[in-house]
Amino acid sequence: MTTLAPAEVEVERPVEDEDLRHDRPWVVIVWNDPINLMSYVTLVFQKLFGYSHARATKLMLQVHHEGKSVVSSGNREKAELDVARLHAYGLWATMQQD
Amino acid sequence: MLFRSRIRRARGGAVRLELAEEERGLLRQVAGELRALLDEEPEDPSLRRLFPTAHAEPEREREYRELTRDQLVRGREQSLDLLRDTAGQELLTPEEADAWVRALNDARLVLGTRLDVTEDYDWDGLDETNPRAQELALYAYLSWLQEQLVEAMA
Repeated sequence: MTTLAPAEVEVERPVEDEDLRHDRPWVVIVWNDPINLMSYVTLVFQKLFGYSHARATKLMLQVHHEGKSVVSSGNREKAELDVARLHAYGLWATMQQD
Repeated sequence: MLFRSRIRRARGGAVRLELAEEERGLLRQVAGELRALLDEEPEDPSLRRLFPTAHAEPEREREYRELTRDQLVRGREQSLDLLRDTAGQELLTPEEADAWVRALNDARLVLGTRLDVTEDYDWDGLDETNPRAQELALYAYLSWLQEQLVEAMA
């Protein structure tokens, strides 16, 4: 396997707090609730994120037993899209910066 | 008793439904009532689980709502309308089945919120003397139906 290594270029980058904050990824968290069915939550994880049945089940069980689970991550736009898709399916999802 | 599920997977990811006319009528009614609630009382507290808070920070939450609320409402209206319109069908396409589980889930979220359902709710203790027996029975029926549908779709 090979990689195409980028040429080393020195770029002056500001390293202010705001920039660092901006770069940190967002995580999408699904919380346990008494109404959503375990089988349904597993199906939604498979459908929305393309996770295998095994991975989706593992995340669902984490939500069920531990009260929450991180189900996806990315920049703010991606995380917001994922949260909205989960909300469309009725799951209790929130997002926060890691 | 020999038990065969009344909801089964069919060819091509479709789902076959064996439901009584009373059940189909009930589904039309549930879909219609929730649709009307969404239209007429969008701030009703029993709808809160349909629109959870995404951000802890108020300004970000406001932006998220502005961005998503209309689309979330429209999506819910579409799946409820589809449930109402296809409640008489014996065969659901994968897309229709998807709309059904979403609409059923929405109905359960609203009903469960109203009934303050908990994870360890004592269903065996449910009897006719409970003033909410009818709503609880409806919640239990919708839960059964959704579970069967999900099983047929998985």
